[in-house]
Amino acid sequence: MGKIVLVCRLAARDMRRHLAQAAMLLLAVAAAAAVLTLGLALHGVTNQPYQQTRAATEGPDVVAYLKSPAQAAPLIHASGVSATAGPFPVAAAIVNFNGLTAGVEAEGRSEPPAAVDQPKLTAGSWVRPGGVVIERTFAEALGASVGDRITLNGQSYTVAGIAVSAAKPPFPNLCYGGGGGCHITLPGENPKNIGLMWTTEADALKLSPASNPVSDYVLDLKLSDPDQAQAFVYRYDIPGVNLPFATWQDIASSDALLIQDEQSVLTPGAVLLALLAIATVAVLVGSRLAEHTRRVGLLKAAGGTPGLVAATFLAENLVLAVLAGAAGLAGGWLAAPLLTSPGAALIGAPGAPSLTPPEIVGVMALALVVALASTLVPAIRAARTSTVRALADAARTPKRRGALIRISRRLPVPVLFGLRLAARRPRRSLLSAASIAVTVCGIVAVLAFHATVSQKFSANGGPGGSTGGLGNPVVSRDEQMLLVITVALVILASINAIFTAWATVVDARRPSAVMRALGASSRQVSGGLAAAQVLAALPGVILGVPAGIGLFAAVGGSGTAPPAVVGLVATVVGTLVAVAVLTTVPALVAARVPPPQVLQAEAG
Amino acid sequence: MTTGEMPRLRVAAGDRAWLEVHERNWTSRKGSVMNKMTHAGAWVLRARGLRKEHGREASLVRAVDGVDLDVARGETVAVMGPSGCGKSTLLYLLGGLDRPTAGEIWLAGQDMSRLSERRLARLRREAIGFVFQAFHLMDELTAVENVELPALLAGGSPRAARRRATELLEQVGLANRARFLPTQLSGGQRQRVAIARALVAGPQVVLADEPTGNLDSAATADVLRLFDGLHAAGQTLVIVTHDPRVAAAADRTISMRDGAFTNQTRSLDGITGSPGALSGREG
Repeated sequence: MGKIVLVCRLAARDMRRHLAQAAMLLLAVAAAAAVLTLGLALHGVTNQPYQQTRAATEGPDVVAYLKSPAQAAPLIHASGVSATAGPFPVAAAIVNFNGLTAGVEAEGRSEPPAAVDQPKLTAGSWVRPGGVVIERTFAEALGASVGDRITLNGQSYTVAGIAVSAAKPPFPNLCYGGGGGCHITLPGENPKNIGLMWTTEADALKLSPASNPVSDYVLDLKLSDPDQAQAFVYRYDIPGVNLPFATWQDIASSDALLIQDEQSVLTPGAVLLALLAIATVAVLVGSRLAEHTRRVGLLKAAGGTPGLVAATFLAENLVLAVLAGAAGLAGGWLAAPLLTSPGAALIGAPGAPSLTPPEIVGVMALALVVALASTLVPAIRAARTSTVRALADAARTPKRRGALIRISRRLPVPVLFGLRLAARRPRRSLLSAASIAVTVCGIVAVLAFHATVSQKFSANGGPGGSTGGLGNPVVSRDEQMLLVITVALVILASINAIFTAWATVVDARRPSAVMRALGASSRQVSGGLAAAQVLAALPGVILGVPAGIGLFAAVGGSGTAPPAVVGLVATVVGTLVAVAVLTTVPALVAARVPPPQVLQAEAG
Repeated sequence: MTTGEMPRLRVAAGDRAWLEVHERNWTSRKGSVMNKMTHAGAWVLRARGLRKEHGREASLVRAVDGVDLDVARGETVAVMGPSGCGKSTLLYLLGGLDRPTAGEIWLAGQDMSRLSERRLARLRREAIGFVFQAFHLMDELTAVENVELPALLAGGSPRAARRRATELLEQVGLANRARFLPTQLSGGQRQRVAIARALVAGPQVVLADEPTGNLDSAATADVLRLFDGLHAAGQTLVIVTHDPRVAAAADRTISMRDGAFTNQTRSLDGITGSPGALSGREG
C-alpha cells in the first residue's frame, strides 16, 4: 500500500511540476482517442433521425416495386399488413435546371396524403398539377427552391415544395444500397446522378411517352409488427415473380451510406493521429530523461526496487493516458453528432452515438498503447540503470556517426552544426522524421482524395462519385472530415516539432555554448539548431509522400488517382519551411542564453 | 589574510624542484617581459573600468567591479581568488562571451564593447582561445576532430584544418590518441586536447578557466609543462586558477575578491603592490 501511495505521490508531484508537458501529452493522446471514437461512434448517428423521419412521415415498413398494379393485390391483403398506399406510378425523367442535368425518379402521388409514406414538407406545399415536390438532398444538389421553374423531359413544372421521406434512400444513393436500386431506366445516365421527385399521378403518367408508358409502380406497406419486415419479404419472395422489396431497415442503412465514407476516413485518421501521438509523447519523455535519471538514482539509493522504479516512471504517463482516453471518448462521443449531422435527407436531431463496451475498451487501449509504446523502453532502461551512474546524473553519451561528421566538415557552419546535432541523437531524429512522415502522409492522402474526386467528376457519367456537376453531399462531408483530421495532424505535428526542437535545444546547450566560445556566432548556432530539425524532417517528408499515396489507395480502393505533382512539391517544400519556421523560435531563444551561464554550470 | 595581501603559498616538497626550474626560467625572461610591459603598444589585452552586474536593486550583485587590466604580449597572468569572487566572469568578459555592464575591453586593437555579435564571434574565432575546467570537448568527436573544429568554424579548408590539428596534437603529445573519443582519454589528456583546440587558430591570447581544476597531480604537471612551453614560445595567457602551482608559473598574479582586484604580484621576485600601481595606466 505504501508503495502505491509513493508511486501516486511522485506521479502527482511530477505532473504538477511539469504542467505544460502533462497537458501536451493529454492533448496528443486525447486527439487520437477522440478521432477513433468518432470513427467508431458514427454508425449510430443517423439511427435516431431516421426513426424520427419515419415517424413523422408514416414511413413504410416494406416498399414493394411492382411491374404492374395487378401485382399489388396479394400484398395488400397479405397477413400482417396493417395499411397500404399505392401502387403509385414511377416515371423516368431528365430534369434541367440552372444549367444542370440529372436523372429523376418521378413518383406519381395523389394530392390528399396517403395512409403510408407522407413525405414531410420542409418548404412549400404538396404536389399539384404542374407542381412538383423535390426530395431535399436532391433539391440542395440542384440548387432548386420553392417557386423555381424546372423542366422534366422538356415539360415545364414549378417547384411546389421540398420534402423528406423515409421510404427511399436520399440523393446520391437512390440507386444504391439495400433500400435503393433504380427501378427506372435512364439510358446513359449515371446512377449517382438520379434523384427523387413527387408529382401528381397524372403528371407522372404524362412524363412517359405514349410509346413507352409507365411500367414501374411502388407500393408502400405498413405491417402490424414492423420488426417482421424481413420475414414478410422472405415470405413473398416468390420464385419466378421476383418482386424487389425494401425493408425499413434496408432504407435506414442506405441513409447511413451518407456517413459510411466518413468512417472510412476517420479510422485511418485516428491511426495517423495515434502514431503522431506516440512520437510526441516519446519526444516529451526523452527530453526529460536526464531529470528522470537523477530521480531514478535517488529512488534506488533510498531502497527502491527496479520494479518500483519502472512503476514510478510509467505511472504518470499511464494515468495521463487513461485521462486522455476518457477525454477523447467524451469528446468524440459529443462531437459525432455535431460533425455528422444526418444531412438534408432526414429531419430531427441526431441522436447520441452508440458506443459498445468493446469500442470503449478499444479507445482506452489505444490511449494506453500510445503511452506504453513511448515510455516502456525508457522505464525498463531506468529500472536497469546502476544507482551510482544514475546518481552521478551522467549525461547520455551522444552517438557518434563518423561518416556524417566527415561529410559535415565540408559544409557551411550552420549545416555542419545541424548535421552533427541531428546525428548525436538518432532516436530523436527518427521520431521527428516519423512524425513528419505521418503528417505528410495525411496531407498527401487528402491531396490524393481531391485528385480522385476531380478525376471522377471530370469523367462525366463514369462510375463512382460523379454526380454530373451536381454537388455531392457525400464528397463534401468527406472533405469536412479530411479537413478536421488534417488540421488535427498539422496542429499536433507543429506542437511536436516545437517540442522536438526544444528538446534538441536543451540537449545541445553545452555544444552550442562551446561552439560560441570557439567563435561561432549566435546566428550560426541558431541556424544549426534549426538545420538539425530540418535535416531530421527531410527523410520524413520523402517517406510521407509514397506513404500517403499508398494509404489513400488502401482506403479508397481501386480507381484512386495520384495527387498533382505541384501539390506534392508544395507539400514537401511547405513542410520543410514550416519545420524551419517552427523551430526557429526555440533556436533563437537558445542562442540568446549567454554561453558563460551554461559553461559555468557544466563546470560544476 | 587581509585585503591587499597575497595568500602565502604552501609548496609541497615534490613541487619545489619544479618551482626552482621556473624561477630560473623567469629570471632569464624577466627582462624581456618587463620591457614589453613598459611599451604601451605591446598590450594585447586591456580592460578599463570593467563592471558586470547581475540582478537589480536589493538583489544587485557586482560580479566584476571596476577592474582595470593590461596584459602584455607574451605575458602570462594568473587571476586568483576565492570561489564566486568573479574570476570566471572576468575571463568570459575578456573573451567576449559576455557583455560588460560598463567599461571597455580592447583586444588586438579593437574595442570589444563596440563590436556587433557577429564581429565579436569573428574575434573569438581569430584572436582568442578558450580552455575550460570541464574541458568542454564534444563527446561524439575524436580528439583530432575536436581540435580542428575552430578552424572549420573559421571557414578554413578541411584538409588544412586537419593538418594543423594533427600538428598541435603532436605538440601536446597526443599524436597517438588523435582518433580517440574524449571518453577514451584521461582527464589530463582531455585537457591537452582542449589546449590544442584553443591554439588551432593561432590566437593572440589564450584564456584558461581553472585548467587544472579537474585534474590529479600528474595531469596537472603535464598541463603546467604545456603552459610553460606556450609561455616560452611567447603565447599570451590569462589563467583563472585556485592552484598556486599555476600561479607560480605566471609572470604576474592578480588577487581578486568581491569582483575587484586587491593585489598584484610579479611572480617569484616578490614585487607586490596595489592594482593601480601595476596596471598599464602607469606603464
